[in-house]
Amino acid sequence: MKKERRLSRNQTYMLITIPIVALFFLFNTLPLIQGVIYSFTNFKGYGDFDWVGLRNYMDLFTDARVGKSYWFTFRLAVLSTIVTNVISLMLAIGLNSKIKFKNTLRGMYFIPNVLGSLVVGYIFSYIFTYIFPAFTKMLGGEGTSMLSSTSWAWVAIVIVCAWQSIAMNTIIYISGLQTVPEDVYEAGSIDGATGWKKFKHLTFPLIIPFFSINMVLCMKNFLMVFDQIVAMTSGGPAQSTESISFLIYNNGMSGGQFGFQSANAVLFFVVIVVISVLQLNFTNKKGEQL
Amino acid sequence: MNNNDQKMSKKNLKNSGHVNWPVTILLILGLSTIIFPLYMTVVIAFKQPSEMTNSISGILSLPKSWSLANFKEAMEVTDFWNSLGNSLLITVATVALSIVLHSMLGYVLGRTQAKKKGYKLIYFYVVSGMFVPFAILMMPLVKQTAILHLDNMLGVVILYTVFYMPMNVMLYSGYLTNIPVALEEAAYVDGASTWRTYWQTIFPIMKPMHATVAILTALGTWNDVMTPLVIMSGSKNTLPLAQLSFQTQFGANYNLAFASYLLALLPIIIFYLICQKQILGGVVNGAVK
Repeated sequence: MKKERRLSRNQTYMLITIPIVALFFLFNTLPLIQGVIYSFTNFKGYGDFDWVGLRNYMDLFTDARVGKSYWFTFRLAVLSTIVTNVISLMLAIGLNSKIKFKNTLRGMYFIPNVLGSLVVGYIFSYIFTYIFPAFTKMLGGEGTSMLSSTSWAWVAIVIVCAWQSIAMNTIIYISGLQTVPEDVYEAGSIDGATGWKKFKHLTFPLIIPFFSINMVLCMKNFLMVFDQIVAMTSGGPAQSTESISFLIYNNGMSGGQFGFQSANAVLFFVVIVVISVLQLNFTNKKGEQL
Repeated sequence: MNNNDQKMSKKNLKNSGHVNWPVTILLILGLSTIIFPLYMTVVIAFKQPSEMTNSISGILSLPKSWSLANFKEAMEVTDFWNSLGNSLLITVATVALSIVLHSMLGYVLGRTQAKKKGYKLIYFYVVSGMFVPFAILMMPLVKQTAILHLDNMLGVVILYTVFYMPMNVMLYSGYLTNIPVALEEAAYVDGASTWRTYWQTIFPIMKPMHATVAILTALGTWNDVMTPLVIMSGSKNTLPLAQLSFQTQFGANYNLAFASYLLALLPIIIFYLICQKQILGGVVNGAVK
């Protein structure tokens, strides 16, 4: 038998790691670095550009449109996160109790999660524009669409975001509830814990890890909201529903603000990292207390 | 997970004997929030523009005839089969590449990061990519993919493979901590190379994680709009992207538009109905790990 020269384990490891990590660098880190570099220029997306130092970053804090988009995105993310988690937790408790058709019901409640958010946005856009107004008119209201109101359009987007995310969060909460052993409840019921008390003192503390997964997932996804905006409002009316991603896409790609929106994107990146780290720290501390 | 699930529900039913009917009924009523938008989609997709009225009963009524004409027209307008083919191609290629590349890297990093500082750094470097929003990469990537002639489907596949790398590598290397090193050591002592040991021993063992990775990656890429929108800039359509591209052509013909939306949703709904158990299991596995 021919004795072939075999690569050592370390050499094999390196041969696997280097090309894959190089690919990751090329299409993730390199564009990230370019984005940071562009953020110090007045590049329009074409033609020549000059270095402007930190001017883009200073302008970010005085630009009314950018401020508005952060205010909108945060309101949306916080309210959607709360709505989603409250409803999914209730649904999960329901779906985990002694009910009939358990598997079918669980399967049905998960459907929104597999649907594409752009198409869901289009469908809800029609519902908000034509169907809900018809209902409110019948009930004696004015019959105007939420989407055409600067003060209500964002609530419509919260509803659509929550409608889709509840599915995923519910499933995660159900798997959390299944980790709670039966005897905890038995012990609890001897002590007279029922209903809200049982939930607050027994169930919830035990599923905090799942709660924190859901919070982090929700916040991150909602902060990056894009498809729903494209489908439902295109940022309107009067720029009241421009999310950060939508503004960066719109003005950066075709609005001649490549450099300025790059600075916005860098700020957005920092904001997401800070929020994620804060959330993880907070829930880690909570976890230690248990 | 699924087995567990079934065992649990069986146990619950046996233990109690009585079904909680109020909760069951509440949950069935609650389903209307999910069914209503889907019902409206189906009804509008089958109706003719002349059947569209502003009265509640008219809005909720079933179409006069279940004609497939709207769907036929929608397929022509949006070039349905082409978009479907592109979506399938992108998703399948991304999933295949992800399983091969991410599992290899996950394996190497999972086995080495405890012992070697360099690999630990690489692990954190890759995983921290999870926090990079697409918004910051988007504009430079448009330029970069154009220069590399990757402003096409191949480019989109490569980008997805990179974007899903942090999550998938984390899943794989996490899963590896449950697989004893002794397995590889045995194969290694028998004279197999590290490369062969990986493909013959480790890769098959990671099958449950392959399923999770495949499902999470497929759901994400199938429904994604932003990446193909930005990178291919209208030269090729995916199924969701076609809805955006042809929005102006639908005009005020909502019946045509809804027929197209329904067509765009159908493949994933059918897939979900067939593989429901695997999908639910995979999603939970991915999120909880």
